[in-house]
Amino acid sequence: MTAADLHMLAGAYALGALDEDERRAFEAHLADCEACAVEVAEFVATSARLALAASQPPPAAMKQQVLGRIAEVRQEPPKVDLPAPRPSAEPSRVRRGARFALAASIAAAVGLGGVAAWQYERAQDAHQQAQQAQAETAQIAAVLSAPDAHATVGAVAGAGQGARATVVTSRTENRAVFLTPGLPDLPSGHTYQLWFNDAGVMRPAGLVTPGAADQTILLKGPIGPASGMGITVEPVGGSLHPTTAPIALMPFAAT
Amino acid sequence: MDADRRGGSAGTRGCGRAVDGPHSTRRSDGTDPTFLGTPPVPGQRPDELLLQVAKGDQDAFAALYDHIAAPVLGIVRSVLRDPAQSEEVAQEVLVEVWRTAARFRPDRGGALAWVLTIAHRRAVDRVRSAQAATDREHKAALLAQTPAYDEVSEAVDRRLEREHVRRCLRALTETQRESVVLAYYRGLTYREVAELLAVPLGTVKARMRDGLIRMRDCLGVTA
Repeated sequence: MTAADLHMLAGAYALGALDEDERRAFEAHLADCEACAVEVAEFVATSARLALAASQPPPAAMKQQVLGRIAEVRQEPPKVDLPAPRPSAEPSRVRRGARFALAASIAAAVGLGGVAAWQYERAQDAHQQAQQAQAETAQIAAVLSAPDAHATVGAVAGAGQGARATVVTSRTENRAVFLTPGLPDLPSGHTYQLWFNDAGVMRPAGLVTPGAADQTILLKGPIGPASGMGITVEPVGGSLHPTTAPIALMPFAAT
Repeated sequence: MDADRRGGSAGTRGCGRAVDGPHSTRRSDGTDPTFLGTPPVPGQRPDELLLQVAKGDQDAFAALYDHIAAPVLGIVRSVLRDPAQSEEVAQEVLVEVWRTAARFRPDRGGALAWVLTIAHRRAVDRVRSAQAATDREHKAALLAQTPAYDEVSEAVDRRLEREHVRRCLRALTETQRESVVLAYYRGLTYREVAELLAVPLGTVKARMRDGLIRMRDCLGVTA
């Protein structure tokens, strides 16, 4: 679906008249389309007026029932960062069902049901950095939910018993997403660096903060000719070429 | 930037003003105190209350309830029809508002728009899951139904505050109104609307968008 097609869906979106898949596609489009975002904000507010016009006083007893229920419901914390899935918990299931489970968890994180996601995303637009993170988030969601998404699970040397990382690739998106329950702390001045493996030539693909739990990272740059990825320990700031032996090498799933 | 944002939530721009407008009207003219059930606590706007709710404030939720319960039940019932099921779904929506309040961002868009989007979506989810089970019957029933506008407009008629929305709905072309009403008040997808009206998908998309543009301008909604 082209951007122009998506743009035409703004009305249907605000009226809640898209099916699930189209809604997701539209929300991904919204993140990149300032003009659509303004229009959709107005349309959603307009729809809310339609709802207000349909107001019906609830039965008096309903208030006590609802207040009684909320007293027993735990509130969700604000979602600021992506909650990464936990590949180490059930590796085999992650491998097989990865893209759906991951897509669902990302969708829960970034989707939050439509406007909420959109509001959250728009709230960030003063912050360039946050905006970039948001674009990354959308891209991550796109990779994880791509029809051709493949997951590979690999062991990480020195990361403790059974430590695993997962890489999800989509050839149509031409991007890769690295998921880890957390890489161990490193001596200060060091960081983890990700690499694309272009037939034995390692291409820098971003850094991973040591010690942080549950990370979901979009590898920098397209997959291109890469047949797999690697992780090395590098000086803070990263290197142009690996300076240490990789602690993990993970081939991408064949397409 | 912070000043801009505060300006936004105070209603100088953003959806807050448009959505909250009816409340101020109701409070100031006092013509229809029962419109939203218990009158909202003066001075506490839904946006502020929802931010308090996000911090776990149950009293704020009780006050917010008075703002949102009637429109939530109204839109759910408009889509679902069945009174008992509607009340059940409305309660679920209200509990979801409590549960997920921390996800609301006041910077853009008002609390009411946020809540009512959830309400509409949950109602539609319920319809569509039931629909998946009995798709064929549903389609037959759908095709047998008359457009919802008359019923909606009757309900709308009863209240002064609804007059504005009704007038604006009237300002749409017949085909725009049909599409907007079937989608929003009936909970149909635009594909279903296209099938029901036997018009191309692109036509329905355009009608919905053009219809909302007119509604927006008529209601004076800004964002």
